[in-house]
Amino acid sequence: MTGANSFSVSGYGPDRAGWTRLFARDSVTRRLDWPMLLSALALSGIGSALIFSATRNRTEINQGDPYYFLIRNLMNTGIGLALMIGTVWLGHRALRNAVPVLYGASVLGILLVLTPLGATINGSRNWIVLGGGFSIQPSEFVKITIILGMAMILSARVDAGDKPHPDHRTVLQALGLSAVPILIVLLMPDLGTVLVLVTIILGALLASGASNRWVFGLLGAGVVGCVAIWQLHILDEYQINRFAAFANPSLDPSGVGYNTNQARIAIGSGGLTGAGLFHGSQTTGQFVPEQQTDFVFTVAGEELGFVGAGLIIVLLGVILWRACRIARETSELYGTVVAASIVAWFAFQAFENIGMTLGIMPVTGLPLPFVSYGGSSMFVVWVAVGLLQSIRVQRPMSA
Amino acid sequence: MTNIPETGRTPRVQTRLVVIQILVLSLLGTLGGRLWYLQIREGAQYQKEASGNHVQQVVQPAVRGSILDARGVPLADNETRLVVSASRTDLLKQKDDGKAVLTKLAGVLGMDPQEVMQKVRLCDAKTPQPCWNGSPYQPIPITDEATAKQALQIRERAEDFPGITAEPEAVRRYAAPGKSNTAQVLGYLSPVTDEEIQKAKDTSSPYLRSDMVGRSGLERQYDAQLRGKAGVTRYEVDNLGRVIGKAKSDAAEPGSNLVTSIDARVQRVAEYELDKAMKAARQQYDKITGTNYKADSGAVVVMEAKTGRVVAMASAPTYDPNVWVGGISAKDYAALTGKNSDYPLLNRAIQGQSAPGSTFKVVSTAAAVEAGYDFNGNYPCTSSYSVGGQVFKNFEGENFGPISLGRALEVSCDTVFYGLADNEWKKDGGINPKKGQPKDYFFKAAHQFGLGQETGLDLPNEVTGRVPDRAWKQRYWEANKDAWCRTGKKNGSYVEKIAYENCLEGNKMREGDAINYSIGQGDTLVTPIQEAVIYGAISNGGTMYTPTIGKAVVSADGKQVTEIKPKVRGKLPITKATRDMMDQALAGVATRGTAAWKFAGWPQDKIPLHAKTGTAEVYGKQTTSWLATYSKDYSVIMTISQAGTGSGASGEAVRNIYSALYGVQANGSIDNKRALLPTPQKSLPKIQADGTIAAPKISGDPAKDQEAIAKQVAEQGGTTAPDDDQGTAATTNTPPTGNRDTRRRQRRRGSRRTTA
Repeated sequence: MTGANSFSVSGYGPDRAGWTRLFARDSVTRRLDWPMLLSALALSGIGSALIFSATRNRTEINQGDPYYFLIRNLMNTGIGLALMIGTVWLGHRALRNAVPVLYGASVLGILLVLTPLGATINGSRNWIVLGGGFSIQPSEFVKITIILGMAMILSARVDAGDKPHPDHRTVLQALGLSAVPILIVLLMPDLGTVLVLVTIILGALLASGASNRWVFGLLGAGVVGCVAIWQLHILDEYQINRFAAFANPSLDPSGVGYNTNQARIAIGSGGLTGAGLFHGSQTTGQFVPEQQTDFVFTVAGEELGFVGAGLIIVLLGVILWRACRIARETSELYGTVVAASIVAWFAFQAFENIGMTLGIMPVTGLPLPFVSYGGSSMFVVWVAVGLLQSIRVQRPMSA
Repeated sequence: MTNIPETGRTPRVQTRLVVIQILVLSLLGTLGGRLWYLQIREGAQYQKEASGNHVQQVVQPAVRGSILDARGVPLADNETRLVVSASRTDLLKQKDDGKAVLTKLAGVLGMDPQEVMQKVRLCDAKTPQPCWNGSPYQPIPITDEATAKQALQIRERAEDFPGITAEPEAVRRYAAPGKSNTAQVLGYLSPVTDEEIQKAKDTSSPYLRSDMVGRSGLERQYDAQLRGKAGVTRYEVDNLGRVIGKAKSDAAEPGSNLVTSIDARVQRVAEYELDKAMKAARQQYDKITGTNYKADSGAVVVMEAKTGRVVAMASAPTYDPNVWVGGISAKDYAALTGKNSDYPLLNRAIQGQSAPGSTFKVVSTAAAVEAGYDFNGNYPCTSSYSVGGQVFKNFEGENFGPISLGRALEVSCDTVFYGLADNEWKKDGGINPKKGQPKDYFFKAAHQFGLGQETGLDLPNEVTGRVPDRAWKQRYWEANKDAWCRTGKKNGSYVEKIAYENCLEGNKMREGDAINYSIGQGDTLVTPIQEAVIYGAISNGGTMYTPTIGKAVVSADGKQVTEIKPKVRGKLPITKATRDMMDQALAGVATRGTAAWKFAGWPQDKIPLHAKTGTAEVYGKQTTSWLATYSKDYSVIMTISQAGTGSGASGEAVRNIYSALYGVQANGSIDNKRALLPTPQKSLPKIQADGTIAAPKISGDPAKDQEAIAKQVAEQGGTTAPDDDQGTAATTNTPPTGNRDTRRRQRRRGSRRTTA
């Protein structure tokens, strides 16, 4: 399989000036998927404004500096952009070779979380606190690892031309590879991330062309697993309560149902054009908890109204649409699986996050890609964008 | 490898990618649809919820306006007291519903723990006072008499007293200037109830949870003006209740002050004299019942004759209105309203009604003149009047021969009026008049004099009294005939015989009814305020005024003064000539008639007084005394239940009230400096630039001052003691000393008697 290597990035003469090279007709820059990139940047920009609105008055968490979260979010976005460029530069294929290292590192990371080094926030032991106000969430990085790992295993023999579709053994290998980190994340317990990881696996299996039996088998197993978890009381009380509150938010408006209720009031009160940025009384009054992270969409709903909140959904739609196109147009199954997994990931996470603020999904702690505050999640979504761009840059030029 | 397409995808993969894309799109579509539903379709609803979410009201109670007397002396105002209150919601959160805390609190306050717990319980149908009838979410005052030390104890150990607060608050004070009491006129306050809040929600003056509401008297009548408007500041708050902005602010508007026509000094004199007269009556022996007079209740009204403004209104027995302040105790409440109480909350000047006795004769005189009898004609004043088998006796069988109506008023001759009323009854067709035939001059006159209906004065719950005319008799018979016919026996006891007769013809105007009615006996009921209006009207030439106590409502800043103008209610149905003759006759009552023995030595030439005595019978009780009087400025009415004759029981007291008003000394001289109110107070008290109202100093006890002066003058060789019987006219038939014997007619045909 040497054909794949013919799409090397370094196909340009060394005599060209840097900037000319950058914008040459068949340059990397020209081949980037700009609609996706601009949408992602727009989402990050909107996110920064919303985060600023939600945190500028919250002296108890912003240490008296109204710009604390804004600056950090801009920094995170900058780091995310750098990571994206790095990913494109390295290329998704190069990263395929690094999967064993990445895998080892992320499993080690999430294991560390379970040790005394980890910190519990909102009932989940999910963070490793670094010094200086920084902390990372290793489970976020697991998403990338699993995407690359699944894609690597599932596509290896197909891309080698041995098989039209991954066989059972390959699928089993891939599932085995994913099972270890999923189990660890389940122990944290971080149900939201587990759901995302399962969705990623489903997406990967679907896109890889694995037998329908696996797809439906996995779905069935998921259902059985949910029932078992419910029956065996594996979930913590707060998780069960979240589901109960989802089913009936008026159950206990000041307790369990508080988040959902207040979130819905905030969004509903926005109307068509919203109260205007920084003018939402629900936001200013801090009625919605976690508003700069998981519930950031409520700020958009209240202050920017249907127009602004709808724009966020549209921008996410653009990113997903472009990603789907990339999945369809790449020549290797590896790229297809990676792109499709990212689509599954983004789509599920966005739907779950926005859905819970709108009261159509139960509350789980998942950030809204690009928009929510949070370093780790910001980094990995930009890495994912980097992967998608890399796949696009290296796909065959379809004239 | 050829079967692998260039793109690296099999058809299966391709289909699945399309499936993924469709799935993703439908998820996003779902979000968009839901967003539209929440923000556009249901947006208005959520906007409402959002605004309710983050707005908190802070209520600043308005200071209640003062009630002032005619010169600006406060009768009711506010003072700052330390109020200890308990929050029910906080108490109920505790394990034992707060019992331990309340017991500890009772210890600090030196109260009975039982009493404290009673104050905190909520009122309902089964719970007697004391209980809380305000909102259960509002702090319940336990005492407003906490000392600074007690308040400190509670505040410093706040953790020991969860749900208990000690705060300074403005509370009502009934100042009792110059020892005047004025309790029933002022009324009292109690916390607003939930129903009242609901009812007044959409009116111009809605209640707030913390409001106190006037429950009787002026406090109730002028509640809307006195209450003012509580300040409400709406704050936007965050989820923890911290204020993040001010949404709307309505400053508190203090209540307006009410200037009344009451003069605290005259009020005190009236109260003092009423009390003294009642005590004196209790020393008098009643020959008929063989015991001393009970003198269980009484009332005095002093009214401006030319305006209807009430200068003093006293009712006995009375109570201290300050017992209501800060919640009433069980003991106090029972003493005011219990079965064994003498019902001191009743304002007997407007809520006490009894047969008017001979004071009614002015009505009968007017009726007779209206019916065509000459005022100066000759009417036989025989010692008795016989109809059929019945004998209606004149008082003590007196016989004055043929006399005029004026003289009949002077000497209060009953038989003259018996004859006139009987004549008219016969003219009207006797017991079975034809339809439309009866002219009923005597009953018509009573209605024209304003009897049988409220005078409309500005106090709540005034009673109407009663004119026992044909319509009333019919109604009353229909309501009671079943009981009468059941218990009535032809040859039974007195009561049974009456019931028997009533059963047969109680709906008809019987001859005896008409005869009794003519001298204010029988079923006629009047209130002291009604009499004050009638005698005031005779004084001023025939204009009946709607009595008023409120004189002006002055806004707290003094800028808005709403005067309450005297209101004419009607004219007496008498000509000026009749009025003048009646006036003369009533002056004769004071100089040579039934009241003369009490007004001897009065400077009648300078201050002409007019009077009519009355002694009304009440079945099963001692007689009610009435004394209706007027000068050119005032009408003064006094009545005491179970106290004997009008002049005997009240003569001295009424004279003393006039003496105080006009500054008349015991020797008959007039000292203008000592006169409390020689002419009615016309102007309003001076309102200062800052809205406060200047009030003159008032002596410790004006009534005692007056008494002291009288004594002093007497000791310095004053000529006559007021009690001495030195009637100007020898013709007056006055007993030598003390309370005259009760006037008592032999009555065969009694009927329903009502108590005073």
